Amino acid sequence: MYSEKVIDHFTNPRNVGEIADANGVGEVGNAKCGDIMRIYLKIDDNGIITDVKFKTFGCGAAIATSSIATEMIKGKSVSEALTLTNKAVIEALDGLPPVKVHCSVLAEEAVKSAIADYYTRRGEEVPPEAIICDGCCDSCDSCSTHAE
Amino acid sequence: MKRFVYADNAATTKVLPEVRDVMMPFFDEVYGNPSSAYSKGTEAASPLMQARETIASLLGAKTTEIFFTASGSEADNWAIKGAAQANAKKGRHIISSKFEHHAVLHALESLERDGFEVTYVDVNKNGVIDPADVEKAIRPDTTLIAIMMANNEIGTIQPIKEIAAIGKAHGVTVFTDAVQAVGNMPVNVKELGVDMLSLSGHKIHAPKGIGVLYIRTGTRCRTLIDGGGQERGRRGGTENVAFAVALAKALEIATARLSDMARVKAMRDRLMNTLLDKIPYAHVNGDTDRRLAGNLNMTFECVEGESLLMWLDASGICASTGSACNSASLEPSHVLLSIGVPVEHAHGSLRFSLSHENTEEDVDHIIQTLPVIVQRLRDMSPLYNSTMARVKE
Repeated sequence: MYSEKVIDHFTNPRNVGEIADANGVGEVGNAKCGDIMRIYLKIDDNGIITDVKFKTFGCGAAIATSSIATEMIKGKSVSEALTLTNKAVIEALDGLPPVKVHCSVLAEEAVKSAIADYYTRRGEEVPPEAIICDGCCDSCDSCSTHAE
Repeated sequence: MKRFVYADNAATTKVLPEVRDVMMPFFDEVYGNPSSAYSKGTEAASPLMQARETIASLLGAKTTEIFFTASGSEADNWAIKGAAQANAKKGRHIISSKFEHHAVLHALESLERDGFEVTYVDVNKNGVIDPADVEKAIRPDTTLIAIMMANNEIGTIQPIKEIAAIGKAHGVTVFTDAVQAVGNMPVNVKELGVDMLSLSGHKIHAPKGIGVLYIRTGTRCRTLIDGGGQERGRRGGTENVAFAVALAKALEIATARLSDMARVKAMRDRLMNTLLDKIPYAHVNGDTDRRLAGNLNMTFECVEGESLLMWLDASGICASTGSACNSASLEPSHVLLSIGVPVEHAHGSLRFSLSHENTEEDVDHIIQTLPVIVQRLRDMSPLYNSTMARVKE
């Protein structure tokens, strides 16, 4: 059911952990839905994401999408990271089963939520691209919109 | 070589060699149609009859009360829809429970769409139904009670004998889905006093694709499939002689092995007690005594079931989970929710179901593997607080 890439990122997740001095932290999902993703960002003065870590409670796909999303934004600028889509996450994993598409949406939203937190902490206005729903699969139609 | 442990016997079982051997001649040697009058046909009819007799005698039924189906789900559907429709003029009310198998629940939902009413009695926190609740739910228009004998996810055993007595006293037909019970505990329809009972071959080391519905003589139940008069005119379709013979053999073996159930229970108890001891924030779901010997259903807080299954699979262990993430519906287990397990805990549930085929080495492998997996997943879980106790090394 899962691609080799998904299995790889599930069994050897990249960037697991926390960043003590993170300047952007985002969490989406909830335990009732069965997945929670928390992403920690360390962003330097030039707006480059120098470090990223995640902690995820969820299924294999949730862990794999978190892992690859952190890889995809590490070293990128905040504005580049904001262009990360769930579709790109799915492609990078060589596909996800239809019932797991919401996990990729969650990964995209977790990144955006952490970036929104970064702007908020700086006292700056949150860019519209970083504004998200609460990440629970039942709360919006993101999954169907993004899944195509 | 990587160790392989099959601990999902409530999902399906492997066909035993003895069972496979008895059915093989019926594919290319004894392949006649049992309904054909010539000798090629009659040579198939007699083993079919013998299989029916064996199954009847092992269940305490009459040969004419045993009907072969293609699955346990088919038997469940037949019993429920057949009895409800046959009694529709008398009444359209059915009593069942919240934690039945989907083959029962969805058959009932189908009847509800056709105007039948169903009362789903509660299950207590240990996973057991109170017969008094069933009696309280009886109305003048109640025609059927459908309660499972043992639950498929948590293995809890229901007071079917008491429920059957209540049904009899009120003139209500009693059906029990015994798919999980048969082969794992003594099942005798006369002792139980039920009117109908379903079982499935592939849960007891027979092939997938064969089941049985017991219908007590005199029980009103509609014909399932109109056809060429097979199964006493109740279920048309040329009989699957090979699988019927296999099922009879499997039931014979399972019944003989019931005396050795204490060994399975001892393995299950060792697995349960060791996991509870090694892994903090772990709970057993459902009663630990009133339970099928091989069933263990546990919750490990702060981790999700599908990711547990994937890691177990990578370690050669097959189990199952009640997590929503492992189902196409994305709904957590209705069984766990029915006994009051919080949604968060249902997501972290894991079911092991052992059989006679399992060994102490299998249990050792699970005991050595699972605590490490739980800790690994907890270490990356945002729900798992660093101040919570760690898995014991």
